[in-house]
Amino acid sequence: MSGSTDRPPVRVVLAKLGLDGHDRGLKVVARMLRDGGMEVVYLGLRQTTDTIIDAVEQEDADVVGISMLNAGHLTLGPRMVEALADAGLDVPVVIGGIVPDEDLPAMANAGVAGVLGPGATAEEVVACVRAAADARG
Amino acid sequence: MAATRGGERWATARLLSLVERGGPLADEVAERTWALLHGDATVDAISGRRANRAHVVGVTGPPGAGKSTLVAVWTTRLVERGHRPAVLAVDPSSPLTGGAILGDRVRMAEATAAGVFIRSMATRGHAGGLALAVPGMVRVLELAGFDPVVVETVGVGQVEVDVASAADTVLVVVTPGMGDAVQANKAGLLEVADLFAVNKSDRPDAAGVRRDLELMLDLSDLTGHGRRRHDTRTDGWSRPAVVSTVATTGAGVDELADATDAHLAGLAAVGTLVARREDRWRAEVRSHVDHLLLETSRGVVSGLSVGTGAPAAVARELAAGLVGGAEGDR
Ligand SMILES: Nc1nc2c(ncn2[C@@H]2O[C@H](COP(=O)(O)OP(=O)(O)O)[C@@H](O)[C@H]2O)c(=O)[nH]1
Ligand SMILES: [Mg+2]
Repeated sequence: MSGSTDRPPVRVVLAKLGLDGHDRGLKVVARMLRDGGMEVVYLGLRQTTDTIIDAVEQEDADVVGISMLNAGHLTLGPRMVEALADAGLDVPVVIGGIVPDEDLPAMANAGVAGVLGPGATAEEVVACVRAAADARG
Repeated sequence: MAATRGGERWATARLLSLVERGGPLADEVAERTWALLHGDATVDAISGRRANRAHVVGVTGPPGAGKSTLVAVWTTRLVERGHRPAVLAVDPSSPLTGGAILGDRVRMAEATAAGVFIRSMATRGHAGGLALAVPGMVRVLELAGFDPVVVETVGVGQVEVDVASAADTVLVVVTPGMGDAVQANKAGLLEVADLFAVNKSDRPDAAGVRRDLELMLDLSDLTGHGRRRHDTRTDGWSRPAVVSTVATTGAGVDELADATDAHLAGLAAVGTLVARREDRWRAEVRSHVDHLLLETSRGVVSGLSVGTGAPAAVARELAAGLVGGAEGDR
């Protein structure tokens, strides 16, 4: 077991940013990531950048996955990236939600590591999060 | 490590990951943590507590009993009383994929806001690894100045119960309904408890559960059945306190905080605290020996052919050499 050669599972903090109501989608994503061999620190609904940062720091997370209300991505996505950087945490952010294609370049420019639409398959979700974790090194 | 001692949370989190991961680097971190904790600590002659050692509290009980909710309100209360609590919340990994959903923080938002340090941990498949990693992680949290250090585990597997039992104070959470006192008895939870919380006492059948629990404790009192090994050095089994709580409203949480404090004070007063910590140290050494022997025996045995002889005889012959081999590896 304890060989330092085998990599420990990717640790993902998963949260819904903002005030909207249900967490069904977030739970589905959590299961996809678990089934992809990852450890999901599930925060659930109604999180803020502050509560997410506390969790990322204490959990030594490799990736932050946030889902958000429609149209929140352009402000909240970059704000999350910035807040992490301000806290001195070099952790990539993957966003789930409805992001129009024309906004993708802006998201990438803002430092968002990946964007997953509502139709993403389990394979796509796991691959996107893993790529974000790998890019961090 | 200096950053961890200085209270830097990211540094503490990194060290926790290293120790959790196991292997040579984990051993090194664990050894240096030990040296830092014990090197300059002065033992308080009266309480038996080292200056920078924390009150370690294990919390276990059936899934869904409200352990996380209760730990959250209780540690929040402790912050109000001037403590700096940390929580290590252990949940099972999926045996199929090695992944895990660690959901304890959902119930602990208030505690996080109050400044409680919370770390979620998955069992990572290797049951033996948990017993190796958790004590080292607890010491990292002690080094960071947290006190108490709370370890929450789901009280279903033997390893999980053992991990929570490796504590100064063991709190077992039971509830009316599915996780009632009789169930807890079957799972061996009654034997490890220093303290019970009958949580969800807002439920109608809570009084019944409490009565069942008290009855079982009466029985233990008579037969000595529930006696913990490490208490035999003092004048015997002391009956665990029972506190009724409603974690979702905070009812009973002050009593719980008083009871955990009182338990620690009681241990220190009768001199059991030192004995209990020495026993814990021995158990930890034993886990490491088991692990080393297992790793070494796997390696040696995989190279053997059937022609070597009768299994028991071959094993006997190898066993002597294994100990030397394990030492040689270090
Ligand atoms: N009615 C009631 N529900 C509670 C109480 N404590 C916890 N719960 C609920 O029980 C569920 C499981 O709680 P959780 O803390 O996650 O349990 P754990 O699995 O033992 O850590 C949650 O839905 C809680 O809101 C309580 O005292 N009364
Ligand atoms: Mg829990």
